[in-house]
Order: sequence, then C-alpha cells, then structure tokens
Amino acid sequence: MDGSPTINYPSTTASHHEEHPDLRVWGLLIFLVSESLMFGGLFMVYLIYRGSAQQWPPEGTEVELLLPTINTLILVSSSFVIHLGDAAIKKGQVAGLRLWYVVTALMGIIFLGGQVYEYLTLGYGLTTNIFANCFYLMTGFHGLHVFVGVLLILGVLWRSREPNHYSPTKHTGVEMAEIYWHFVDVIWVILFTLLYVLTHL
Amino acid sequence: MTQTQLPGQAAAPVTAPETAPPKAWKWYDYFTFNTDHKVIGIQYLVTSFIFYLIGGLMAVAMRAELYSADADLLDPNLYNAFLTNHGTIMIFLWIVPAAIGGFGNYLIPLMIGAKDMAFPNLNALAFWLNPPAGALLLGSFFFGGSQSGWTAYPPLSLITANAAQSMWILAIVLVGTSSILGSVNFVVTLLKMRVPGMQWTQLPLFCWSMLATSVLALLSTPVLAAGLILLLFDINFGTGFFRPEMGGDVVIYQHLFWFYSHPAVYLMILPIFGIMSEVIPVHARKPIFGYKAIAYSSLAICCVGLFVWVHHMFTSGTPPWMRMFFTVSTLIVAVPTGVKIFSWIATLWGGKLRLNSAMLFAIGLLSMFVIGGITGVTLGTAPFDIHVHDTYYVVGHFHYVLFGGSVFGIYAGIYHWFPKMTGRMLNETWGRIHFALTFIGTHLTFLPMHELGLQGMPRRVAMYDPQFEFVNQICTFGSILLGISVIPLFINVIWSWSQGPLAGRNPWRALTLEWQTTSPPSIENFEETPVLWTGPYEYGIDLLSADGNKSVQELLGEVSVEAQ
Repeated sequence: MDGSPTINYPSTTASHHEEHPDLRVWGLLIFLVSESLMFGGLFMVYLIYRGSAQQWPPEGTEVELLLPTINTLILVSSSFVIHLGDAAIKKGQVAGLRLWYVVTALMGIIFLGGQVYEYLTLGYGLTTNIFANCFYLMTGFHGLHVFVGVLLILGVLWRSREPNHYSPTKHTGVEMAEIYWHFVDVIWVILFTLLYVLTHL
Repeated sequence: MTQTQLPGQAAAPVTAPETAPPKAWKWYDYFTFNTDHKVIGIQYLVTSFIFYLIGGLMAVAMRAELYSADADLLDPNLYNAFLTNHGTIMIFLWIVPAAIGGFGNYLIPLMIGAKDMAFPNLNALAFWLNPPAGALLLGSFFFGGSQSGWTAYPPLSLITANAAQSMWILAIVLVGTSSILGSVNFVVTLLKMRVPGMQWTQLPLFCWSMLATSVLALLSTPVLAAGLILLLFDINFGTGFFRPEMGGDVVIYQHLFWFYSHPAVYLMILPIFGIMSEVIPVHARKPIFGYKAIAYSSLAICCVGLFVWVHHMFTSGTPPWMRMFFTVSTLIVAVPTGVKIFSWIATLWGGKLRLNSAMLFAIGLLSMFVIGGITGVTLGTAPFDIHVHDTYYVVGHFHYVLFGGSVFGIYAGIYHWFPKMTGRMLNETWGRIHFALTFIGTHLTFLPMHELGLQGMPRRVAMYDPQFEFVNQICTFGSILLGISVIPLFINVIWSWSQGPLAGRNPWRALTLEWQTTSPPSIENFEETPVLWTGPYEYGIDLLSADGNKSVQELLGEVSVEAQ
C-alpha cells in the first residue's frame, strides 16, 4: 500500500504493558472517517434547507467574502507549512520541526481570531434565520476542530522540548497532528464553498 | 484431516520487566480505570446488567399501568418518562454495551490471539463514558424525565421537559462517543493484531460480525450526533432547525435519527449473530455450515443496512419513489439475515447436540428471531406499514427481535463464556429454569401485542380503549414472568462466581483460541503466543479423541510441543 503511514515499533517500551506496533495512525484515520460523516450529516442538512428555500440566503442576510477568503488562504497554506515540519523531522531536524509547527499554530490562531472577528461584525446572529442557524453551527463546529488541532500542535511542541523525543524513525505524534490538521483544512474548504462561494453565485 | 498452520517461530517470551503487572486482578481493580480488555469487558457486562434491571423495572411498571384501561396507577407524565427511558436504557445501556462492549472487548483479543486491544487506554476511556451517561438519564427524572420516546422527535421533544430532554441528548452523545471510540479500537485490533498465520478465512465468525458492527457504528453514529446537536441547539439556544415556524423541518430530524437508529438495530443484532455462530457449532459438535456465507452476509447486512432507514418514516409524508426504494431495500436486507438462519439450522441438522443452557438460548433465539424477522418484513412493506404504524404490532415486532433476539443471544453468550470469564461453571438446572421462564414469558408478553396492534391499539399511551383490556392483561402477566425470570440467572451468576465447579481451560472442548488459555485467562492472555493448528470450527475431532481417549486440550498440548 503506497502512502500508508509507516508503522513504528517503539524500541523503548519493551518493558511496557503493550508491546505491539504503534497503530495510532490507523486509529486516527478510522476516527477521521467517522468524524467526516458527522460533518457530512451537517452538510446534508444545509443542502436540504438550501434546496427547499425560495431564496438562499434569505433576504437581508449579506454574506461577507473578503475576510473569509483571507482566512481560507491562511488555513490552506498552513497545511503546506505543517508538512514542512513533518519533512524536517524526517531529516532529523528538531529545530525545523519546531519552527514550522510554531508557524502553523500561529496561522491557526490567526484563523480563529479572524473567525471571532467575523462573528462580532456580521449583520446576523445565531437565531436570525435558518441560514444563520446553519452558518454559525457549522463554522462554530469547525472552529472547535481548529482549536483542537492547535492544541495538538502545541502538544507536539511541548514534547519536542526534549531533544530526543522525536527522531526520523519515531515521530508518530507529529504525523498524527499533521493528518488531523489536513482533515480540518479539507473540511474548511468544503464549508467555504458551501457557505460563502455558493451563496454568491 | 485438518490443515495445520504453524507459525515459523513462536515469539520469544518477553522477560519480566521490573514493573510487571500483577498476576491476577483483585476485586477492586474492576472499579478502576483499568486498561485490560478482560476487565473492561466484565465492567461493561456488569454495568449494563444493572441498567437492564433498572430498565426492566420500568417496563414492569408500565405493564402494571396497562393492566387496566385507565391511567390509574402511574401519572401519565411519569409513564412517558418510563417509556422514554426504558427504550433508551435498554438500547444504549444494556444491549449495545453488553453485546459490543462486553463480549466484543472480552473475546476479540482472545479469539485472535492478541494480548490486548490496539488502544487499551482508549478502551478504558470508552467504557467510563457509560456510567455518567446512565447517571444523566436517571438524573433526568428529577427534572420530569424526557417525555418524547427514545426517538425524541420534534416538536414533542422541543416543547416538553426541556432540561430532562437536554440531559437525555447529552447522555446519548456520551454513549455515541463511547461507541465510536470502541469501534475504532475493534477495527484496528481486528485488522492489525491477529496472531501470525491467522488468515481472514480462519477468523472466528464472532470477529467477522464485530468487524461489520464496528464499521456500521463508525459510519452511522456521527450522523445521529450531528442531529442531536442540532436538537440541543433548538431546545436551548433559540435556533430553528426543527421548528417549522422558523423555517426548519421536522422530517430532517427523522432522517438524521433513523440514519443512525436503523443501523443501530444491526449494531444490536450483529454481535448476537456472532455469538450464535460460536455457540451453535461448539454445542452441535459440527463444523459451521457455510462459513463464508455467514461471514460475508455480516458485511452485506452492514452495507445494505445503511440504506433502509426510511422504512421507519413511511407515514412522514414520504414521496412514493422513496417508499418504493426503501421497501425494496428492506426486503433485500432480510436475505443475508435469512442466509445466517439457514446456516445455523443446517449446522444443527444431524449434529450431536448438547442441550445445555447456552444451546437452549441459542435455539430459542432462532425460533424467536424468525418470528421477529417475518413481522419485520411485513412492516418493511409500505402498504402494510401504513396500516399498523405506531400500533402495538410494531412493539411486538421489535421486542421479538430485541428481546427474543439480542437478549436471548446475550444470555447464550453468558452461559457459554461464563466458565472462561470466571473459571467456574454455571449451574445447569437453574440455567434451564431460567430458559423456560424467559421463553414462556417472552411469548406471553409479546405475542398478544401483534393482535392488539392489528386491532389498532396505539403504542406509547398510558390509557386505551377498554375493549383491549383482556389481551393487555395477558401481556402484563407475561412481563411479570419475565421479571421473575431474571432471578434464577442473578442467583446462579452470583453463586457460581465463587462456588461453582471449576471449569478448566476448555469445558466445552471448543476450538477457538480463547479456549486454549487458562480460565480465567492470565493478565496478558496467553503464556506463549498461541498456535493456530486448526480452523475455528473443525469439529469432528471428538470422534478421534474418543478412540485415543484424548481431549482437545491434550491434543493441543501435543501440537504445541511439536511446534517447538
């Protein structure tokens, strides 16, 4: 299987209770399949409401484009940045890993800040109409995932203080944070298309 | 005679580290955050059994209310709360955790020769999400108890007992999370941790059905979570997803709900099918009939089962093409189920049956499930369904499937694997008394309900037309019998756990790997990596052993000596 995650056999945990190959990446991937179905359910709900509405978004609801587009560019490019960190640790450069993960975390935080700013300045609130319901619930739920992703990245940074914690052969945690970040990114691209782009066509 | 599979080399025994885990667990280890899959399995089984008793008492109280046509015994609101929580507890805190969490966790690593699940910590976490969920449900009674049935359809769920309904939603989200985390664990364990040399076609059928169950849980549970979060927002934060006056749509909730909750029916029966496929060949002393047919039909149920949910919604203004499509898909999903039934009957046919308690419950399940399956097919057909929708016919149907199917299967599993879990045998006489009471009680309670439904008695109500009183009284007597039937099991389990005769490694002379280790298994399951020397169902070896007077266990001993 090409592209399948490398399975790391932990060398230092031989005295530990679980002496089996590190399967965490598999677990994460299967979990993300499940999570994507949760977003899938929300997408379907949104599409059904959109399909049955006379006018979408309802009159008086102006969807802003500029700030979310900048936000999208930041989040999408952060996926490339985080990969640089992963590539660095594969060459054994812990400093490179730390640098790129710090940048990714900052980009994530900027994204969240942008989203909060958007919430504060929009002309509609959570309960304004059915579009606003969907808008806040879906972006908020995604924002929660970005927040968790930032926490994961900060966790990797915290652990990387110890010089030998991650190595070219042992960096499952780094990979998992990266995979999760890509997932959050892909979900955002779909959300951006549904909520912003398609409401302007 | 049997194909022999010997791994190239047995894994080198791991030298005991300084922080070696204890040799055996103490009683208090079962009350802690323990990561051993066997402890977790027993935690699931015992916890869910407690909730079974609670949910059962609610059922008996409801049946007592229904003894007379008037709502005279219980306050109707309390009746509604019992109705809601009986269904919720029995599904989410009894059958799902007992069948999937209990037997799945306990048996899968043993059956595939692994030391534990892939993610032991995650496994313990998944279990410990269940007690708070149960506490939330029971606590909701202080806020009136949710009134809207286990389906929580809006608008009823939006306008009644808001606090209790919110607690109900949180409880379901907790058990749903538990179910997803557990399923991740099962899938990775089954894919990656089989003993060296175990081919897919040598996997015990229980593992196949757990794989199908886990995939189904992974794909459907998150959709329910999404729907329930929307419902929670509607109740508490002023959104209008399911409020038509605000542009919402109640039918969308039904779609989200049933996209999970129909597959949930398979979540509750697929593990039971797995238990059946283990219990029947062992006690019929015959190879299972149609191994591949049973294995692949689990996967077929998993795939088709995701596309039948609208048959719960034939009266929700469903367009005709949808009725047609989902009637056909519902009839199709009955086919792989029928394949399994025929395979088990063919396994029984001509076998050297041991009619012990486990086998009695397995055969009882066959007869019950056929009735539940046939009424299910009738309900899946739109014209008939519209006639009996929301009547007692539906109640009769799903109790035949869930009680006559799932609960009988859990009972069969308890009688079958109790010796492995505790090292002691259950008492057979009391087991048979338990079976007789349960079998009679089930028919007495649920068979008359079909008649009530055909005559038009609606479900979910505390008072009804007096003309139905007599038949309802039969049901009530049956439910009291069912309540009593738990007592012999309860006493039997408690007594045998400490006083029963010792079981030894393999009291049933079964071939799957869990019987190769001690009873109860030591903490890391096997002293050495088990040797797979035969398929899981290649019975008939007893005939040989009758000659040489050797038990399967001795034969296993010989083979593992040869392997070294």
